[in-house]
This record gives sequence, structure tokens and C-alpha cells, in this order.
Amino acid sequence: MTTAVSPPESGVAILRRPTRVRLLWLLVVAAVLVALAVASVAIGSRDVTWADILAGVGGSIDTIEQAAVYTRVPRTVLAILVGAALAVSGAVMQGVTRNPLGDPGILGINMGASLAVITGMAWFGIGSAVGQIWAAIAGAGITAVLVYVLGSMGRGGATPLKLALAGAATSAALASFIIAVALPRGDISANIRSWQIGGVGGANFENMQHAVPFLVVGFVVSMLSARSLNSLALGDDVAAGLGERVATARAAAAIGSVMLCGAATAVAGPIAFVGLVIPHLCRLLVGVDHRWLLPFSALTGSGLLVAADVLGRIVARPSEIDVGIITAFVGAPFFIAVVRRQKVREL
Amino acid sequence: MQAAPESVERVAALRDQRALRRGVVISVLASAIAIVFAVSLMVGQTFYPPADVVRVILGDDVAGASFTVGWLRLPRAVLAIVVGLSFGLAGVAFQTMLRNPLASPDIIGISEGASAAAAVGIIMFSLSGTGVSALAIAASLGVALLIYGLAYRGGVAGTRLILIGIGIAAMLRSVTAYTLSQAGQWDLQEALRWLTGSLNGASWEQAIPAFFALVVLGPLLLGASRNLSAMQLGDDTAAALGVRVERTRLLVVVSAVGLIAFGTAAAGPVAFVAFLAGPIAARLIGPRGSLLLPAALVGALLVLVADLLGQYAFGTRFPVGVVTGVLGAPYLIYLIVRTNRAGGSL
Repeated sequence: MTTAVSPPESGVAILRRPTRVRLLWLLVVAAVLVALAVASVAIGSRDVTWADILAGVGGSIDTIEQAAVYTRVPRTVLAILVGAALAVSGAVMQGVTRNPLGDPGILGINMGASLAVITGMAWFGIGSAVGQIWAAIAGAGITAVLVYVLGSMGRGGATPLKLALAGAATSAALASFIIAVALPRGDISANIRSWQIGGVGGANFENMQHAVPFLVVGFVVSMLSARSLNSLALGDDVAAGLGERVATARAAAAIGSVMLCGAATAVAGPIAFVGLVIPHLCRLLVGVDHRWLLPFSALTGSGLLVAADVLGRIVARPSEIDVGIITAFVGAPFFIAVVRRQKVREL
Repeated sequence: MQAAPESVERVAALRDQRALRRGVVISVLASAIAIVFAVSLMVGQTFYPPADVVRVILGDDVAGASFTVGWLRLPRAVLAIVVGLSFGLAGVAFQTMLRNPLASPDIIGISEGASAAAAVGIIMFSLSGTGVSALAIAASLGVALLIYGLAYRGGVAGTRLILIGIGIAAMLRSVTAYTLSQAGQWDLQEALRWLTGSLNGASWEQAIPAFFALVVLGPLLLGASRNLSAMQLGDDTAAALGVRVERTRLLVVVSAVGLIAFGTAAAGPVAFVAFLAGPIAARLIGPRGSLLLPAALVGALLVLVADLLGQYAFGTRFPVGVVTGVLGAPYLIYLIVRTNRAGGSL
């Protein structure tokens, strides 16, 4: 795609949705998110009244109902943060690798973060929240580079299917290592499940507040890369022709993406498929301009994860299903649909 | 065209050499299995000399050894061999049929299907024995059909099938994880059995159905090995050589899925055994010739050795699936690298 022919009309239309339409969608998505957040605080295994909700959100824990609401607040906030982080991270990954299958879960990057946190706890005694986040980001970064190198070997460079395959293989490999590292340590292995399947049930503000700065930096870096991602989408040659320093731009965007998914994994465990589904949906709503796509993905990703959390509490009353399980159920069919649309050489 | 007599001789010599190598590899593998099997019966918390072990197997009553060897170590070692043979055989059958080493049942979700079904059957419906095996076999056949159907778009492309299988596997792992979380108490041992495969707490009750499945389905698969080799040349060539392609394919899929289902219902999806056995066997016996029997032996040896290592080599008792998983992981990565370098089917 290095021809200088202007794209057909429909392509331009998708690329540039009218600002009016985008603002309208922005309002809709924000309203849905607010509604979901309210639902997340209101719905759970114990029925509560509006008065309880107001009191509980305000911090009162006088009655059991108010206390229940009080404990639902942090997990709602965590779902919002993690959903936004994973969705933006996925959108940036898809942009950097020009790969519709980009997702921190599918590419094994969340598992890398998970393994790094576990190894840090078991072997190096890293117990502090900030230490764990740094470990997670380092693990995510190393895994991202590894998977990209593995996936881009051979003919054709980093094709979507090769990358996805390298990611899935790495993910399976890392899952084995997670158990191997955690099992000798009774104190960690009791929580093995939360390091294999992500969830927001154990949320508390104490851990979250340490992650917030990392998430903010990651988001800002990603947003600053939005313009270069738009250029990169045209192909490396065109991007270079437009004055983009391709390697630098790619590295910067990747760092933002890795920070987001690393920090998210450190607080919520590995959650897959959010970063895959959301950017695809948002492209339908607002087009492919990353300056709009990224904030939209953040809002929609928050909405998806909050909805998944609420659903997990409704479906399995009185117990609950981890969001990581719900997102796998929503996301895997989507993943399969995208794979089916990819052209591959027949056997 | 008249072949020079010396070249005929050379071909014959090469063929003899290959047959010899194959024979040597198979006998070495078989004796290695026998030795590790014997060792795993003798060692443990208490060491029992070979004489005691033999007497227990013959049915004599030996104080202490009768229980430890007869009820703890023997079923465990037998199950290890049965599961290893089943997974090795089924894995290489899939890899040969789909002509791709990544298309093994434990990567494309068939083992996960059996595992999820077994976990659901045991934990949610309190099934046991035949019920669990039936559910596992139904689920894994269903998964195999589903993957094939989803991957079929005027022909099945290897990479597409594998990636679709990986997606399905992710969903099935979620089912397993959810089922385990519903078990009331999160039991780590039980969880590890269904997530990575484990022989801890192996009993005759688990070993016997898997054993009979192997006795019935194993020979069926081995009998199809010649046709399977012909099918590696492509369906049309195989048909021209007189192979009934569709019938062979059905036979292979059903027997291989059956072996996976029974093995998984007994010991969980022991990670990467089905995937590793075939390529290792191929390395050992070289090109040409059927891989089915050598791969089955490699599978059995892998599971036996990994279980022995997992139990005694480290301070912690690792379930067998963790050991095979950690051993298999680098190889999986290496295989991806090699396939990508070569261009392969990607």
C-alpha cells in the first residue's frame, strides 16, 4: 500500500467521522458507563435500597447493606481503571503492530507481567505494591519484545497470525512457569488462581492508589503517540515520508501500552480479550483516528469490564464469576471471528 | 530405466539401516520405560528392594509394601504409562494428519474440552467412572467438530485451525476455572489436576478405564499408521495409492480423541505431552517411517520421568503437568521460531 492514489470515498468517510457524530457517541458511551457504574454499586448478592447506596458510597457502614455497598465501590473503581487501561493498551498494540489481533492477553504480555510479579514475590521478596507494579511492567516489556521478535521472524515479518501464534505459545509457556514458581510457596500458591485468571473482586484503594500514577503516565504517553500511530497506520514507508521517526514513534507507543497493561495486571491479574474487542468496536463508532479512538476505547473498555463484573455477580448468585472468565467468554468468539476473516495460505 | 546394481544395493543398505535404527530406538525406549517403571515402584518415602516389589505384584502379602507399592505406587506408575502412551499416540496422530506439529490436541483445545467436561462432571454433577469418561469423550469430540467446522472455509488452513483452537481452549479453560471456583473450597490439588494434569492420588479406579481405552483404541490407530503416512503426501495422492481417505480420517480422529478424553478424565490434561512426543520421536528415528509407536513410547517415558522428577527432585512436590509444562515450554517456542524461519505453513 505505497501507491499515492487517494483512498476511495468510503475510506475517507470512515477515517473522518463528523465531529458531531463523534461527540454524540462520546456522550452515549459516557452515559452508559455512568449507568453501569451505578448498577455495579447497586447490584450484588445482597439487595440494597437507594438510601443505602447513597450512604454506602458516602462511606457509611452502619448497616450490613451499607457495608455491602461500601465494599462494591473499590471494585467498581478498579474495573473502570483496568478496563480503560487494557482497552487503550490493546488499541495501541494494534496500531503499533498494525495487527487486528493485538491484545495484551492474546500476545501473552499479561502472563509475562503476572509471572514477573510472582517471581518477584517468591524469589526476591518484593512485597510492596509499587515494587510489584515495576516488576509487572518489566515483565510485560520483556514479554512484548520476546513475542514481537518471535512473531516477526521469517518471511513476511510480523503478520497478525504469526504474532498471535507466538503470543499464545508464550502465554501457555508462561502459565506453566507461574505454577512452577508459585507452588513451593504456600503463601503465594493459595492465590495461584488470581494470577492465572484476572478479577477485580479483591480490590482495595490501598493497592489501587499506587497503580494510578503508572496508569496516568501510560495513558498520557499513549495519547501523545496517537498522531504517530495514525501515520504508522499508512505503512512504515509512508510514515517515514511524512516525517515520522518510525522506530522512535513505535517504541514510545509500545512503552505506553506496556505500562498500561503491566500496571493493570499488577492490580487485577491477567485479563484477556478486552484489548482485542474494544478497539474494534470503537473503530466502528468513531473511525480509525487514534486521537479519538484511544479515549473512546478507554471509556468503552471501562464499561465492558464493569458490565462483566456486574454480570459475574448476577449470573452466579450468591457467589460470583471472575471478570477474567466473562471476558474470555465474550472475547474468544470475537477472536475466532477475526481469525476467520484473516487470509492465510491454505494447507 | 535400468538402475545400476550398486545403487540398488545402496538403497537396500539405507533401508536396512533405517529399519535397524528404528528397531534400536524402539527397544531402547521400551527398556528405559521398564527401568523407570521399576525405579518408581521402589523409591519413595521408604525404599523397597526389587524382591519385595516383585512379590507384591505377584500377589504376595508383604508387610507395608503391599499397601505402599500395591495401592499407591503401582496404580500411579501404571496410570503414568497408560496416559503417556495415550497422549503420545493421539498427539502424533493429530500432528501427522494435520501435517503441523502445532496441531496437537493439547494446543488446539481438545484436551481442554475433556478436562472441562471431567471437572464439570465430577464437581457439579458428582459423576464418577464411566459417566466422567463418557462426558469427556462427548465434549472433546464436540470440540474437535466445532474447531474443524469453524476453521473450514473451502479447505482447512493449518494456522487458522490452530488459532481457532487456541481461542476455544481459552474459553474452555474459563469453564474449568469457573467450575473449580464453584467447588466450595478452592482445592489446590484438584485444581492443578484439571488445569495442568497431575497423578497425585492416582488409583486403580482412574487407571482402569484409561487402560481399556488404550487397549481398544491404540491398536486401531496403529493399524491405520500406513494409511496415515500415505495421507501425509496429500489426500489426492493417498486416494490414488488406494487409501480410503475419509474413512481413515474419521477412524483416526475418533480414536485419537477417545484416547485424549479417557487419559484426561483420569489424570487431567498433562501439559504438552501430546505436543512433545511426536517431534521427539521424529528426531530419534529420523525421517520416514510411522511415528505412532515411537511417539507413544516417548510419551510414556516423558510422563513417568516427569512424575518421578516432580515428586522427588525438588523440595516441593510438583504435579506432573507442571514439570512437563516447564520442559515443553522452551521447545514450543523453539518450534515457533523454526517454523517461522522456514516459512512453514504460517
